[in-house]
Amino acid sequence: MSTLSTAQEHDEHHDHKPKGMMRWILTTNHKDIGSMYLIFSFAMFLIGGAMAMVIRAELYQPGLQIVEPNFFNQMTTVHGLIMVFGAVMPAFTGLANWLIPMMIGAPDMALPRMNNWSFWILPMAFAILLSSLFMEGGGPNFGWTFYAPLSTTYAPDSTALFVFSVHIMGISSILGAINVVVTIINMRAPGMTYMKMPLFVWTWLITAFLLIAVMPVLAATVTMVLTDKYFATSFFSAAGGGDPVLFQHIFWFFGHPEVYIMILPSFGIISAIVPAFSRKKLFGYSSMVYATASIALLSFIVWAHHMFTTGMPVAAELFFMYCTMLISVPTGVKVFNWVATMWRGSMTFETPMLFAIAFIVLFTIGGFSGLMLAITPADFQYHDTYFVVAHFHYVLVTGAIFSIMAAAYYWLPKWTGYMYDEKLGKLHFWASLISVNVLFFPMHFLGLAGMPRRVPDYALQFADFNQLVSLGGFAFGVSQLIFLVVVIKCARGGEKAPAKPWEGAEGLEWDMPSPAPYHSHTTPPEVK
Amino acid sequence: MRIKIIIIAVLGMISSVLSATPSNINMTRGVTDISHRVYDLHMTILIICCLIGVVVFGAMFYAIVKHRKSQGAVAAQFHESTKVEIIWTVIPFLILIGMAVPATKTLIEMEDNSKSDITIKVTGSQWKWHYEYFDQGFGFYSLLATPAEQFDNLDGKNTDVAKGEHYLLEVDKPLVLPIGKKIRFLVTADDVIHSWWVPAFAVKQDANPGFINEAWTIINEPGIYRGQCAELCGKDHGYMPVVVKAVTQDEYAVWLDEQKQSVIQAKKDAEQALASTLTMEESMTLGESLYITRCAACHQPNGAGIPGVFPALKNSPMILNDRAAHIDIVVNGKAGTAMQAFKGQLTAKEIAAIVTYERNAWGHDTGDVIQVSDVDAKGAK
Repeated sequence: MSTLSTAQEHDEHHDHKPKGMMRWILTTNHKDIGSMYLIFSFAMFLIGGAMAMVIRAELYQPGLQIVEPNFFNQMTTVHGLIMVFGAVMPAFTGLANWLIPMMIGAPDMALPRMNNWSFWILPMAFAILLSSLFMEGGGPNFGWTFYAPLSTTYAPDSTALFVFSVHIMGISSILGAINVVVTIINMRAPGMTYMKMPLFVWTWLITAFLLIAVMPVLAATVTMVLTDKYFATSFFSAAGGGDPVLFQHIFWFFGHPEVYIMILPSFGIISAIVPAFSRKKLFGYSSMVYATASIALLSFIVWAHHMFTTGMPVAAELFFMYCTMLISVPTGVKVFNWVATMWRGSMTFETPMLFAIAFIVLFTIGGFSGLMLAITPADFQYHDTYFVVAHFHYVLVTGAIFSIMAAAYYWLPKWTGYMYDEKLGKLHFWASLISVNVLFFPMHFLGLAGMPRRVPDYALQFADFNQLVSLGGFAFGVSQLIFLVVVIKCARGGEKAPAKPWEGAEGLEWDMPSPAPYHSHTTPPEVK
Repeated sequence: MRIKIIIIAVLGMISSVLSATPSNINMTRGVTDISHRVYDLHMTILIICCLIGVVVFGAMFYAIVKHRKSQGAVAAQFHESTKVEIIWTVIPFLILIGMAVPATKTLIEMEDNSKSDITIKVTGSQWKWHYEYFDQGFGFYSLLATPAEQFDNLDGKNTDVAKGEHYLLEVDKPLVLPIGKKIRFLVTADDVIHSWWVPAFAVKQDANPGFINEAWTIINEPGIYRGQCAELCGKDHGYMPVVVKAVTQDEYAVWLDEQKQSVIQAKKDAEQALASTLTMEESMTLGESLYITRCAACHQPNGAGIPGVFPALKNSPMILNDRAAHIDIVVNGKAGTAMQAFKGQLTAKEIAAIVTYERNAWGHDTGDVIQVSDVDAKGAK
């Protein structure tokens, strides 16, 4: 597609970046900012994971052993908030920063100074959120979905901090999304038409529009929570003419597109990795693009499937059931396309491919349980049980997070200039794969047998499975430390990576040397 | 070699899952016609999903085994086929229609709340249920019956306390319902959102404060059916069970008579209590036992509360200095906070005992003995 211009190598020497900490604080470079996003999200992954360990330790056996219920509720709440807003979303933004300019043939992101700010306000937001745990009365304890009036009249004093931190996270996401949109629309290399963009770029473009559409809705929701709690408004209080169910409508109007925000970029990643290791072009590129767009559009008209038990009219229940079921069609198309890409390929199974295959299988299992949850009469039994917990952990952990792991292994040689340790990578994969299923699969059974979610204690018939789940949880937690070792080892050195370490990889990023030069394409490559 | 290890690992996993509780891994079929239909719907969709999974994953793993580079596979060149893509868009769509038809029928029937025989108002509050027999004019609260020492092991002292058979799923007074009658539930809440759930009836209905939701059931078999609050409702969300005792219609009639008698008896007791004088000793004993079951969840057994969440009673200026305000807050609650009004929940005598206990426990030395008439004056009966 293009050849590397020697100008890029010169840039490396002409760069006047500050040394030490100031380089990172003042940087406007998409690679530096991407790295900071990725490191930050991994740190948050470990902190949120530590909270999950507290949850699983308490649930290891029936009875209250380790933490009292109020603190347990803070753990489930902050675990959810950190994993969603601190781990998964920043990881994708980090990947977007690193990869989009390289993939579309641009030198950097379109709005580099804003890029710096959109990262640096994130640590502030999470410092505020985490510090609220140490306040008198504790941090947020009303679930990551913060249903009113539990999050208003009955909430702890720290709720203002929670609201403030969510506002900052929202601003960060919107800034990041605007940057992605402007970069993709304006900075593509000559010849790179929309239908020639890599799917990762496509899925991120659509994700960015979703973010710009729904993050303001989240901001409105938390603002109403704030004024209901502190300024005597009654948006969500029947006593003042409001309605607590209104909260859920507004929250899920944000919340449902949000879950697609956390999975669409994964689809892009898998659509890059599966063809690379099958040594065969992606099957049905254009249907992949259309499927992504359909999923994004449908995501705006399915929100109330989270609310079937709130007492909606039957016509509304039917509408949301049908729309939700419909989403499985474009999602199915994607899975079929990946399988067709693998079909009659020439496959090898390096770590990124292993994670990608696990993604396809386990994400699909999460999709099946999602389809089951869409069936309203059955949802009355599944709703708010561990079946739901199993469902969204399959799509978020073995879905979103597995795809992020796959991406990290796939592009690490490009980022660091060294090959990662394949043996350790495979160990990380197999340890994660087995433990994650011991962790989440039995949760389906627990939910079907009737265990509600968000409880610190449970009836005796749930004891055996909970013990198994906790053991799986501890093992999965420990397994992630292997990943930390792999990344540190790879950043420090090892076998030199060639420009294109994967035989079947396609895309402009592989035309650049490894590690990629500080500034990406300084003269735009020609795309034919 | 590696394949063998994986197979052994998978078999190990499956056997450990099966050795857990094999009878307890699926949705209950329940004891109503609706719950049977919900169960059948669940099983149908589950089986369809499994079949799709077998086909899709089967094709994928076939490719993984056969089309690998180490087997000498050479990549084919095809990368699109409109025909195939239309087929795998249309077939799932048809399967979905096949699922939607029975689901729609069941849902419409579930939402038909008309022509009920009996109406029960179910009210959730932190952390108990109140059942009101609408047509009969009486009601009662239903609280967790599992003693605290069975679940509270935070200080490690109760490690050896055995847990009962129905640990966390037992209440002091279950909801009693007759079989074979259409029972309509009117579900609401006093404070935050709760959700009333009995798996055996396939009824789960959110209890929203300020609004009333409807649900219904016709129970086919007598028995005791257990469920829990399903919506996070604060600290003791996990300690809010639902227990329904379904009896024959004759037994139900007898039970209703007993209840009406006890309502009349309770009124007589209240009048007697108003005339009587409570002693310190009697009030402290009664007050302590009531405090532990009704107050200690928030204010803690030692009266210290949870700082920043639930206020401390120990050394509270209101308790030490303002007797009238103390009685008032227990009787009428405090609007806009988690402090409930206890006047409908406890008798005037019981409230008097609790107030007396709080005024003389934990080193308090007011020496006050609150009389039933003091509480009655604030509106409690």
